[in-house]
Amino acid sequence: MAQSITIEIRRYRPEQEDEPVWQSFEVPCRDEWMVLDGLNYIKDELDGSLSYRWACRMGVCGSCGMVVNGEPVLTCATYLSSFAPGPVRVEPLKGFPVIRDLVVDLQDFVDKLKSVKPWIIRDEERPLSEGEYLQTPDELAAYKQYSMCINCLLCYSACPIYSLEPTFIGPAAIALAQRYNLDSRDQGAEERMDVLSQHEGLWCCTFVGECSEVCPKHVDPAGAIQRYKVAATAEWFKSLLPWGNR
Amino acid sequence: MSQSGKLIPSEVASRKAANPRYQLFHPKWYRPRYPIFWWVEKIAYLRFITRELTSLAVGYAAVLLMVEVWALGRGEEASHRFHDLLGSVPVLVFHGVLLALLLFHSVTWLNLAPKALVVRLGRRRLPDRLVLLGHYAAWLVATALVVWFLVGR
Amino acid sequence: METVLHDVLLVGGGGAGLRAAIAVAEAAPALSVAVASKVYPMRSHTVSAEGGAAAVVKADDSLDAHAYDTISGGDWMCDQDAVEAFVREAPEEMLRLEHWGCPWNRELDGHIAVRPFGGMKIERTWYAADKTGFHMLHTLYQTCLKYTSITTYDEWFVTSLLVDDGRCQGAVAIQLATGKVYALLAKAVILCTGGCGKVFPYTTNANIKTGDGMALAYRAGAPLKDMEFIQYHPTGLPFTGILITEAARSEGGWMLNKDGYRYLQDYDLGRPEPKPVKKSMELGPRDRLSQAFVKEMEKGRTIETPHGHVVHLDIRHVGEKVIDAKLPFVRELCLKYENLDPVTELIPVRPVVHYMMGGVHTDIEGATPVPGLFAAGEVACVNINGANRLGSNSLTELVVFGARAGTAAARFAAAQSEPTRGVLAQALDEERRLNREFLEKSGGSERVAPLRTEMQEAMEKGAGIYREAKGLQAAADTIAAVKERFGDVALDDRSRTFNTELTACLELSNMLEVGDAMIHSALHRTESRGAHQRTDHPERDDERFLAHSLAHWSAGAAPRIDYLPVTITRWPPGERVYGR
Repeated sequence: MAQSITIEIRRYRPEQEDEPVWQSFEVPCRDEWMVLDGLNYIKDELDGSLSYRWACRMGVCGSCGMVVNGEPVLTCATYLSSFAPGPVRVEPLKGFPVIRDLVVDLQDFVDKLKSVKPWIIRDEERPLSEGEYLQTPDELAAYKQYSMCINCLLCYSACPIYSLEPTFIGPAAIALAQRYNLDSRDQGAEERMDVLSQHEGLWCCTFVGECSEVCPKHVDPAGAIQRYKVAATAEWFKSLLPWGNR
Repeated sequence: MSQSGKLIPSEVASRKAANPRYQLFHPKWYRPRYPIFWWVEKIAYLRFITRELTSLAVGYAAVLLMVEVWALGRGEEASHRFHDLLGSVPVLVFHGVLLALLLFHSVTWLNLAPKALVVRLGRRRLPDRLVLLGHYAAWLVATALVVWFLVGR
Repeated sequence: METVLHDVLLVGGGGAGLRAAIAVAEAAPALSVAVASKVYPMRSHTVSAEGGAAAVVKADDSLDAHAYDTISGGDWMCDQDAVEAFVREAPEEMLRLEHWGCPWNRELDGHIAVRPFGGMKIERTWYAADKTGFHMLHTLYQTCLKYTSITTYDEWFVTSLLVDDGRCQGAVAIQLATGKVYALLAKAVILCTGGCGKVFPYTTNANIKTGDGMALAYRAGAPLKDMEFIQYHPTGLPFTGILITEAARSEGGWMLNKDGYRYLQDYDLGRPEPKPVKKSMELGPRDRLSQAFVKEMEKGRTIETPHGHVVHLDIRHVGEKVIDAKLPFVRELCLKYENLDPVTELIPVRPVVHYMMGGVHTDIEGATPVPGLFAAGEVACVNINGANRLGSNSLTELVVFGARAGTAAARFAAAQSEPTRGVLAQALDEERRLNREFLEKSGGSERVAPLRTEMQEAMEKGAGIYREAKGLQAAADTIAAVKERFGDVALDDRSRTFNTELTACLELSNMLEVGDAMIHSALHRTESRGAHQRTDHPERDDERFLAHSLAHWSAGAAPRIDYLPVTITRWPPGERVYGR
């Protein structure tokens, strides 16, 4: 007889209840199954009304972030058998309003991402006829790590500051701002500094460091933020000088 | 309720909007309240709060230093009385504990330095350990200087 | 019913959709653009593309060479005028992405680096480590955030197109978070919804690739072209179907059967050399490699595993340094999903469905036969990929044809008047249908998941790498039976708030239409060409079939198939030669 494991899911159906409730399901525990395969089994065989997001199932689209046994993880990259004998508790990401079951509202992140201007800003665009901006492999390596963010928002779930102070711009958005600041082709660091040097930007962060711990792509947003703090402080001192740029 | 491979029959009539507070096309999103003792739930959070709280020990040490300077300024008698107070057993124990907290704070603070200070040499960054070593070396040198100034001369 | 009015509506927000939106925003900043996607744009399947995007950049390369490689790779099913336009605009589009911040890999002097890829004579594949699609999509998404004329409707599921007065005037969509149905009206609609790998059970594709746009256009009167050409990627992981990029082979990987023998040399693909040789052996075209696997399996020389037959991909000799520099994601995927390290172990791989060469019939501007309806990307069939797509051409296709469709749609929209009143009535009808057939239906005994599995198994059995008339007919009959039973489907989930069972159900109905078109197109094409191999008609027949199949939808009946000749300009049909 195949091994089985209990998955407890925090359900929330606005048409039925005001508060979320826990519901248990018994699923087979195959060696090659991820937690996501367990959820798919529940939806296909047991209860079609379970709602959750998933797409690529290979850890690159960032859809399937959920809190499993207290830790925010990508359910497509977490083996179900690693929780044997169970039970496995699956909840939606923390810090975001819950729309339904395991689906949370991400609009706040999208708005905050937009606010840090995550695009190449240049004083003057180089015409296409002149070819590419030259960028050595070293210059590419300077920002490459921060460009690996898949927007899975596990870092927002792990960050206690984001839950306590919802105006905080958050780890991923700041890491993406840094990605552009450190890109040798970009000239918009000053514009982004204006946004990020406010309280809800860099300075809300108290370096808990959990964001970097849970990041599945090793982006190290905590490191990005601390580096940015150093840069922001240096900028502030420079602005005090009579020839400073403020 | 637990299901073992059994299908839940759909109960259309009884499920439809059983919650009278549901408005069609305007579902109420659930916003959980973050508990006041959020930091007890994870070891990592507990470590973080301890690190932050030990900054009080640092503050105390700074205040202690200022009081000592003030006592010295008040004259020999005042500073002798002050030092007797510092030498008493309960105060020594208290300061022992505070020293431990202070060291914990300093060590955890220094350990974070490589995150904030990234030095690039071509394509590779300077290994974190070297940055750390540099910071600890600087701390050692500063301590040695202070000790020599107070005791060695 | 609430209506939302824009000038241009994009359905789908992946690489093609976002590029088209930016094209409209730049060509005509006064026009308002809506991007309606059933997922957040950065979740679109473009994100999992790995290998690279082709565009001529080296001094010893030429547009003609890229065109010839593409046309011969496509077994002469490609419309050569479209291919010429494609190769001509490709370098500029790639450069534009670079200007927008895409982190392309570089040579030591700072210029763009290119790598060799399957079926191409000269290196021309631009790449960003082995996550090219990811970087392209995020660059496009982050760049499109700066245009104020673009509004995104994230997680809005389009259920049908609104066609009135002879032109497409928008779409009906469900806002998933609330369940409210809207009429998204526009003067031009561009479909960029991607392919439909989920019609098959083993695919590299994500769960969201269900051919929605193809079905939408199909039902709205646009024919589906060349649907019988389905690309199997030769190297997918056995259980999950996760893609192991062709770049692993272009960096020097070997494909070995159970005896450790590089079996591709037996299939007219060249002699085995220690270093990769372009257009030879493992760098041959994908259809030939997948077909070689089937033949090896028939000879009993593949390895049997609990998840089916596999062969081995060997990249051990490539070395850890190169793997970490050029194939880090491959290593990550193997470690995570197969518990093995490709630096020291062999990767089990098998052909899995990967790409649809076919799709909505468009011209080289991206316009479908329905005025006001455009399409770009995998959902469209221009046709530049022919009967078999070369690797790294599809990422380039997204931006080249995304831009073309965007500018064409902007021009069309600028010349249109306000929407007609007929569309509102149609939209209300669609809302009533959704309620009647799914959300408020009583009774019904079928469930979505078993029907979907049955369809997938029938497709794999009857319309796999090798087909023949009996198998195809059996598959057609099964699909017809499933469609019938679909009428009796009942949802567990009657909620209006983020009802993913409803979306799964709508996706299934789309997949059934698309699967049907595929099978009937395959039945009618009695020849073998590229990815469409008939064991009962093993030869290529240029006399009768140098033409695109067009499948026209008819409700409740099999599609009507007719043919459109392939446009030949400068390259008359010849023999596909690899390894010689």
